[in-house]
Amino acid sequence: MKKDIILAGVGGQGILSIAAVIGMAAVESGLYLKQAEVHGMSQRGGAVQSHLRISDSPIASDLIPEGSCDMILSVEPMEALRYLPFLAKDGWVVTSTKTFENIEDYPAEDELFEQIRLIENHVLIDANAIARELGSQKISNMVMLGAASMHLGLGTEYLEGAMNTLFGRKGEEVVALNIKALMAGKEGIRI
Amino acid sequence: MKEFVLLGDEAIGQGALDAGLSGVYAYPGTPSTEITEFIQKSKEAIERNVHAQWSANEKTAMEAGLGMSYAGKRAMVCMKHVGLNVAADAFINAGMTGVNGGLVVVVADDPSMHSSQNEQDSRFYGKFAMIPVLEPATQQEAYEMTRYGFDLSEKFALPVMLRITTRLAHSRSAVERSELRSENEVKLPADLKQFILLPAPARKKYKLLLSIQDKLEQESITSGLNRTEAGEDHSKGIIACGLSYNYYQEVAANAGLNYPVLKISQYPVPAELLNEFVKGVDQVVVLEEGAPMLEESLTGILENNYQIGGRLNGLLPRDGELDPLNVKKAMGIESEPARLIPDVVKNRPPALCKGCGHIDMYNALGEALDSYGPGRVFSDIGCYTLGALPPYNAINSCVDMGASITMAKGASDAGLRPAVAVIGDSTFTHSGMTGLLDAVVEQTPLTIIISDNSTTGMTGGQQSHATNRLFDICRGIGVEEEHLRQMNPLRKHHEENMVMVADELAYEGVSVIIAQRECIQTASRSLRKEKSAKS
Ligand SMILES: Cc1ncc(C[n+]2csc(CCOP(=O)(O)OP(=O)(O)O)c2C)c(N)n1
Repeated sequence: MKKDIILAGVGGQGILSIAAVIGMAAVESGLYLKQAEVHGMSQRGGAVQSHLRISDSPIASDLIPEGSCDMILSVEPMEALRYLPFLAKDGWVVTSTKTFENIEDYPAEDELFEQIRLIENHVLIDANAIARELGSQKISNMVMLGAASMHLGLGTEYLEGAMNTLFGRKGEEVVALNIKALMAGKEGIRI
Repeated sequence: MKEFVLLGDEAIGQGALDAGLSGVYAYPGTPSTEITEFIQKSKEAIERNVHAQWSANEKTAMEAGLGMSYAGKRAMVCMKHVGLNVAADAFINAGMTGVNGGLVVVVADDPSMHSSQNEQDSRFYGKFAMIPVLEPATQQEAYEMTRYGFDLSEKFALPVMLRITTRLAHSRSAVERSELRSENEVKLPADLKQFILLPAPARKKYKLLLSIQDKLEQESITSGLNRTEAGEDHSKGIIACGLSYNYYQEVAANAGLNYPVLKISQYPVPAELLNEFVKGVDQVVVLEEGAPMLEESLTGILENNYQIGGRLNGLLPRDGELDPLNVKKAMGIESEPARLIPDVVKNRPPALCKGCGHIDMYNALGEALDSYGPGRVFSDIGCYTLGALPPYNAINSCVDMGASITMAKGASDAGLRPAVAVIGDSTFTHSGMTGLLDAVVEQTPLTIIISDNSTTGMTGGQQSHATNRLFDICRGIGVEEEHLRQMNPLRKHHEENMVMVADELAYEGVSVIIAQRECIQTASRSLRKEKSAKS
């Protein structure tokens, strides 16, 4: 078992919270993990990404080689496309449809979606709308994680366990809400 | 033993704590910041009362670390690569004095300049100071080599450099801890003159330093950190320094390569080790993160004429960090990307946050400068450097920390009027204050804006030594009170702020305007903390 995942987004969108859940779930299921993050200047509203590698055998490189990424999981549609050279031929792009427009020449939404639809294996999901219906915009990242979960090769119980550990000190309600978001994303349906 | 998932930086922090650290001294700087932050947050460190407060700059950090070592305890000093330029005087001379308690200097380089002005390779400084340099490839090695660094430092009574790069600093993996070692007791150096570098004793110390170089080289063999891995295919021999070893392994596993490998993680690298390794291979390929330092030295070291491939002959790019792709190409494996980045994808550079006080400061300054024309604003390093980008286009320089005030002074001396310096609060106390003294002594016509967000923002919001001290510092240095002004950079005060700047631009002497408004990131963080404390 080996999964190479690129998490993509804009500095401040909190992609590292997704990475933390996947990472902890992977380690708890006894897998090896390497996860390269972006800290520093780009976190100020710039493009950020995290290379997340999980495997049942030791991992050498902290960076994913080009053309071998199993999934790009993006919380922003333009950012989903930025790392395409890394994507394997049969790789998946799972992205939120919600744009984050903080630059003047941000492209038209339709052009972005058109490009995403050209990728054979893609999932476009309005995570923000789902999160809103569940009662909090803050959990849209966990909706995205849910949408991607079937391609992670990790048991849902491990993802839930990781959420328990990571969000536990914020209270049971917060944990429950995040798990609900995970499930909603997984089923891709609105509750 | 339980495994912990740690960033490379955090592994170093944990490694130091477990090795009996008594104090870390540092100034923030990407990608080194998280080492000190880890120790600051560590329960064990707090219980043990390990020193972990930030220093004013890298030089004060280096000197304090050396002082703790003088007193017999183990100290660690952390900085980013350019920080070592600031600490260089203390660093090089610490090689001359040697140490008493173990002293490890961690320097985090930033090849590809993700968050830096240059990509200088700190291994040169290690060589310059003639001290051992360790270069881990993995988080586990980072943990272990930190402890070994203290051992080595105490064994040879020398500071030891631990050199990492961005990818290791900011990548997580599982780390296994070893047993905890207790801290040293306070103990004076056996020779109370060890740290006196007057010319006569300094000459002796230098001869001593020269005389142990052979032993340091031997140690680079016996430690096992530089190790040879046999391979069946002798058409190439791979010398892989530090992190580059990981990329070679990745490529080799995927492509089924089987070349002999010499993994380098400790310097100085003895010539005999290199000569032994290259025997029997047709071509040598050197992989190193940063500058072609080892590669360059090989021509002088290798006994026969070998074909050497690396960053110098174009086998690898001369600049930027290594990655699995450029290492793969260097192995002669061509690869075409299956997919390209579509044209609709636009650059998304970092930007000042919405509502940031630096923006209102630049708006006031920009309007006040309108009548004089462009090209007069010397700036510095911090979030406010993002004022260089559109729509602000507000500054004309960003060179090294503290350079705004001194460059503006030089330009003013040359006759450029008005000359303006824009500097952040943390940068001002890092190395802007001394330049202000120069200007005050000469009454140089100069307008200095200290854009004070009361934090070290660019590196993630660390406590700033300047907070609540700026006014007194400036007055103490001798800025006239009529020209020591304070503004609140908010849009609603734009008119009065603009007039204030315009007035000071017209003054033929030193003016300092402190534009104070808390960073909106730290402000909302403390708001969130308050909220969760209440609930
Ligand atoms: C010698 C050196 N040390 C550290 C850094 C890293 N660094 C860049 S900006 C910065 C913080 C600046 O803080 P401040 O001046 O208060 O400005 P702010 O980012 O808060 O606007 C630091 C620590 C550096 N570039 N050079």
